[in-house]
Amino acid sequence: MRSEPVVQVQSLVKRYGTKTAVDGLDLAAQQGVTAVLGPNGAGKTTTVEICEGYRRPDSGTVRVLGLDPVRESAALRPRVGVMLQSGGVYAGARADEMLRHVAKLHARPLDVDALIERLGLGSCGRTSYRRLSGGQQQRLALAMAVVGRPELVFLDEPTAGLDPQARHATWDLVRDLRDDGVSVVLTTHHMDEAEQLADDVAIIDAGRVVAQGSPEELCRGGAENTLRFSGRPGLDVASLLKALPSDASAAEVTPGSYRVTGKVDPQLLATVTSWCAQHGVLPDRISVERHTLEDVFLELTGKELRS
Amino acid sequence: MTATGTYSPQPGAAPLARMIAAQAVLETRMLLRNGEQLLLTVIIPTLLLVLFSTVDVVDTGEGAAVDFLAPGVLALAVMSTAFTGQAIATGFERRYGVLKRLAASPLPRWGLMTAKTLSVLVTEVLQVVLLTVIALMLGWDPQGGALAVVTLLALGTAAFSGLGLLMAGTLKAEATLAAANLVFLLLLVGGGVVVPLDKFPEAAQDVLGLLPVAALSEGLRDVLQHGAGMPWADLGILTAWAVAGLAAAGAFFRWE
Repeated sequence: MRSEPVVQVQSLVKRYGTKTAVDGLDLAAQQGVTAVLGPNGAGKTTTVEICEGYRRPDSGTVRVLGLDPVRESAALRPRVGVMLQSGGVYAGARADEMLRHVAKLHARPLDVDALIERLGLGSCGRTSYRRLSGGQQQRLALAMAVVGRPELVFLDEPTAGLDPQARHATWDLVRDLRDDGVSVVLTTHHMDEAEQLADDVAIIDAGRVVAQGSPEELCRGGAENTLRFSGRPGLDVASLLKALPSDASAAEVTPGSYRVTGKVDPQLLATVTSWCAQHGVLPDRISVERHTLEDVFLELTGKELRS
Repeated sequence: MTATGTYSPQPGAAPLARMIAAQAVLETRMLLRNGEQLLLTVIIPTLLLVLFSTVDVVDTGEGAAVDFLAPGVLALAVMSTAFTGQAIATGFERRYGVLKRLAASPLPRWGLMTAKTLSVLVTEVLQVVLLTVIALMLGWDPQGGALAVVTLLALGTAAFSGLGLLMAGTLKAEATLAAANLVFLLLLVGGGVVVPLDKFPEAAQDVLGLLPVAALSEGLRDVLQHGAGMPWADLGILTAWAVAGLAAAGAFFRWE
């Protein structure tokens, strides 16, 4: 494993007229899968397109595989695969024709037929690109990003508009890429996609990274977790509080429904159940609510992700 | 990192010549597959040549009509491919992100432009062969030297390519489509292609004579109909258009 990040973005600023799309963004993507997560308009695509060399930053530095994406573009392009959010194919070209063409631009491309099979593009037959379904167009764009056997691929919203089956096929391919040593930077506004795929998640809001870490770290840190149980109404919450660690709190939310918040770990669960045993309480229901990335996002930005 | 995985990285660009050749083949195939493009580049020039040579619609001056028409139609063919066809195709490639996606591929931008030029040249060779055969069957009796003809066609291609790419790289795809077709039509009528320039008022002739299609068709006519040597004046006009058009395209072309 290489220790230096595959993508390093420091203090990146990009403005379009008076609108600031990226506002002092810092991001380091290591080998593996990095998800750039954020609502529409957060600056995800702008950031990725700067990394791809399409746009020049107004200030800040960007290094991709150690290279400047604009100045050292010629050295970088063969090593990086790019999936645009949409388009990128001649309207009259067939899927296999376009994929074979992109393969020809590379020295040691993947087996095109196997890739077509893998992504279910074989059924496209002689259909021209403009007549393919949105899902087929997406999968073709993904295939074009990986066919040159790159070290790093940028996938901009790779599963937007895909049905669940195609979505899982895309996820499987991303996992295989990762397992074979290809680094992946993808943008998404789907929490589950980031949770499922990413080793590392960078949450972007209003042109800045507001949190970065593994999905587990992000869910553990920040927001407190919750344990709920129900029993007979009017239990002695004060005595429960005494049994709990000092940073935890407990309350009877509605009669017979109790909530414990704090660092919810196996020890805390044991404390609650043994307290119940001492007080002759058999909870009807006991549940641990782990925070999802969705909660973390809401807490960090005060916004719902899916808009 | 395992070296044996299906996807394990083995990056690298193909040799430059192979990339450009592949790109030129694809561009040519896209062009020949497109019905509207074929209408413009093959069917319209062929119909004009046959119709105006056999039916006395326009007074083409002394001599067989085909001797006047064949050089003009060759000029039209060059314009249809290098200007109209290339402008429309490139405009839509820009609109649909094809140029953007290719810009991220190992093929350098100048390689893409070289491939586009090769594709235009291949199409022009096919057009010239087809139109020459038809014109000969209609009794065409070409004069002059091949070098002058090839020089005129090459400079004409450069001039029209510059103007076509300038349009494709600065206007919206729909605007390019409309404008390129309109310009094609106007130059077809007013550029000395099928209607002799001396049919126009004298003041207009001087201006129309400076149009690239007029310079190309008049130059080809001087050589092929009248057996002249190098038509320097027309070559000069075409060179000026080529330099101005290509420089402007280079300066103002936007890739997305």
